[in-house]
Amino acid sequence: MNPPRFTFHRFWAIVLKEFIQMKRDRVTFGMMIGIPLMQLIIFGFAINADPKHLPAAIRSADQGPFARTLIVALKNSGYFNFVREAPTESEAQRLLQVGAVQFIINIPEDFSRRLLRGERPTVLIEADATDPAAVGPAVSATRALAESVFNRDLPGPLSRLRAKPGPVDFRIHAHYNPENITQYNIVPGLMGVVLTMTMVVITALAITRERERGTMENLLATPVRPFEVMTGKILPYIAVGYVQVTLILLAAHFIFHVPMDGSFMLLYGVSLFFIAANLAMGITFSTLAKNQLQAVQMAFFFFLPSILLSGFMFPFRGMPEWAQWIGTCLPNTHFLRIARGILLKGNGLAEIAPELWPLLLFLTVAMTVGVKRYRQTLD
Amino acid sequence: MAAHFPSAATDDFVIDVAGVTKRFGDKTVVNGINLQVRRGEIYGFLGPNGSGKTTFIRMLCGLLTPDAGTGTCLGYDVRTQQAEIKRHVGYMTQKFSYYEDLSIRENLDFIARIYAVPDRAAVVQKSLERLGLQNRSHQLAGQLSGGWKQRLALAACLIHSPQLLLLDEPTAGVDPKARREFWDHIHQLTADGLTVLITTHYMDEAERCHRLAYLAYGNLLTRGTLDEVLTTAKLSTWTVVGPNLRVLADQLRRQPGVEQVVAFGTTLHVSGRDAALLAAAIAQIRTPAHQWTQVRSGLEDVFISLMDEAQDNFS
Ligand SMILES: Nc1ncnc2c1ncn2[C@@H]1O[C@H](COP(=O)(O)OP(=O)(O)OP(=O)(O)O)[C@@H](O)[C@H]1O
Ligand SMILES: [Mg+2]
Repeated sequence: MNPPRFTFHRFWAIVLKEFIQMKRDRVTFGMMIGIPLMQLIIFGFAINADPKHLPAAIRSADQGPFARTLIVALKNSGYFNFVREAPTESEAQRLLQVGAVQFIINIPEDFSRRLLRGERPTVLIEADATDPAAVGPAVSATRALAESVFNRDLPGPLSRLRAKPGPVDFRIHAHYNPENITQYNIVPGLMGVVLTMTMVVITALAITRERERGTMENLLATPVRPFEVMTGKILPYIAVGYVQVTLILLAAHFIFHVPMDGSFMLLYGVSLFFIAANLAMGITFSTLAKNQLQAVQMAFFFFLPSILLSGFMFPFRGMPEWAQWIGTCLPNTHFLRIARGILLKGNGLAEIAPELWPLLLFLTVAMTVGVKRYRQTLD
Repeated sequence: MAAHFPSAATDDFVIDVAGVTKRFGDKTVVNGINLQVRRGEIYGFLGPNGSGKTTFIRMLCGLLTPDAGTGTCLGYDVRTQQAEIKRHVGYMTQKFSYYEDLSIRENLDFIARIYAVPDRAAVVQKSLERLGLQNRSHQLAGQLSGGWKQRLALAACLIHSPQLLLLDEPTAGVDPKARREFWDHIHQLTADGLTVLITTHYMDEAERCHRLAYLAYGNLLTRGTLDEVLTTAKLSTWTVVGPNLRVLADQLRRQPGVEQVVAFGTTLHVSGRDAALLAAAIAQIRTPAHQWTQVRSGLEDVFISLMDEAQDNFS
């Protein structure tokens, strides 16, 4: 006749204790709020800010007024800083390769003539897309420019040339990284990264700390069960996780103007599983680690692939297959797709379901391993 | 020693274990211990550092699994019914193990919640008052002095009204007055039917126990009431007062049959297990300048003698 496996009062005792300890531990609590803010600033602004004055080279074979207008307009857009005019073809390629310029703008010889004939001359923009986030805004600005740049130069009867799709055909040739990430990818992705980083670390310490401080002996001498300890330690940090989610969403909206097409309720609801999955992972680490340092190292070991192989840093489909496999096993990969899907594409439950069950599976496995590994004796 | 009791008598034993053994690696830390503790008894558990006292207590309350041995604690099997045992035992660890970043009240409240103590707030309040902690109830446990930490720990392990208290060196580093209060409190609790197993290194505390057991190198060397322990030890002790005790002590230590020579202020205590040999040794160096008296051996003399003997036998 074993006592019931789970009792609410014992679970709740742990929850309250953890809340008090969290409140007392100002530094850690500050970190929980500080880390999302810091990452927002680092990732959000550093990667996402609309980069301007990018070094560019012009190779213009046409010296006519239309070409001149185009160059001035590109200059005025603020995105390009023409560091070199009229290099040779091979020189231009070298500049791009060493990163001296980010763009080469090629204006063909017969540009003015073909423009007047309405033949939509092609302007080839070669871009160093190693860092796509840096190139994207300049490219979009250029596309927008094409529509209006010659409005003044093509008056009267020539105004028919202004008609869509515009008088100039800008062709973008992305070098080195053909993937195209929109800047909006970053902030929703950041949510997963911040949660992974903080949630895993905080619970990785949860049980090792009790063991190191000697309070584990007392806890084990009480009738409290492993599952009660685990869930009781997880619940308070779910609240912290939601504070982080809210912080990032507010920043996404008010600072980065990320479109929010989907349902907030859905995003908040799904976040629960992701937060819990990370917390369970941390708890499991803390049952495996011998001391707090080891626990932090394990958490870091988990965090690195979560940031590098989840599709946050690099386009998922651009990674080698083995890396994709690892990525698929990480909860962050699925949460990134869910968050981006809901925010940017307005996905509903049906669309995110394929990414949701892996999260649940991960949560279950992590929790089971944790409970199994939790030693009920000091042996 | 009787390891088995008729079941009718077992009811009287709160702790009844036989052959309890624990090994860490190839080191046997607790070696086949038999122990019976009656309801309402204060049972003193003594032994040198590293003799296995803490390890034995941990096995009683389900924190360690014995490698061998059987028995019951509060009628529950120590090997299989650890969950039940935990609900009715109060265990005070040797090292303070409550939460230093929680206040006194929060610690008590936490433990009371874990055990689902009915009428929790009142019980916590009463416990604070009984131990004189109510004025400090908002102080963080980590900021308490050693003696106050002990009081908190005792209050906490009593909060769920356990039937058995396991106290592991509860008075180490506590001042004499607080120790006396502590013991008065323990005696009061046992009068109400609580059973206490307590480890200590203090002889005066050992003398306040109803029964004693002495452990060395994991082996139970002796057990019984104070008188039983003293008489079964068969140790004879003499005291001597007079001039030049240091020289005399050196002389004595070289004599066969003299096992302990201990100075207590201006008195030397001389003990040996072989009474005849000891008497002969004393007769040899006895001079009228010194005044020799045969006395009853003290508990400490007995324990040290037991330990020396154990050292010869087990290590
Ligand atoms: N978890 C463990 N792993 C290995 N050895 C252990 C472990 N716990 C205790 N020991 C060893 O077991 C022996 C008995 O330790 P124990 O703590 O039971 O002694 P004790 O009688 O309580 O000593 P003290 O009076 O110093 O508290 C010691 O030699 C100790 O090193
Ligand atoms: Mg000990």
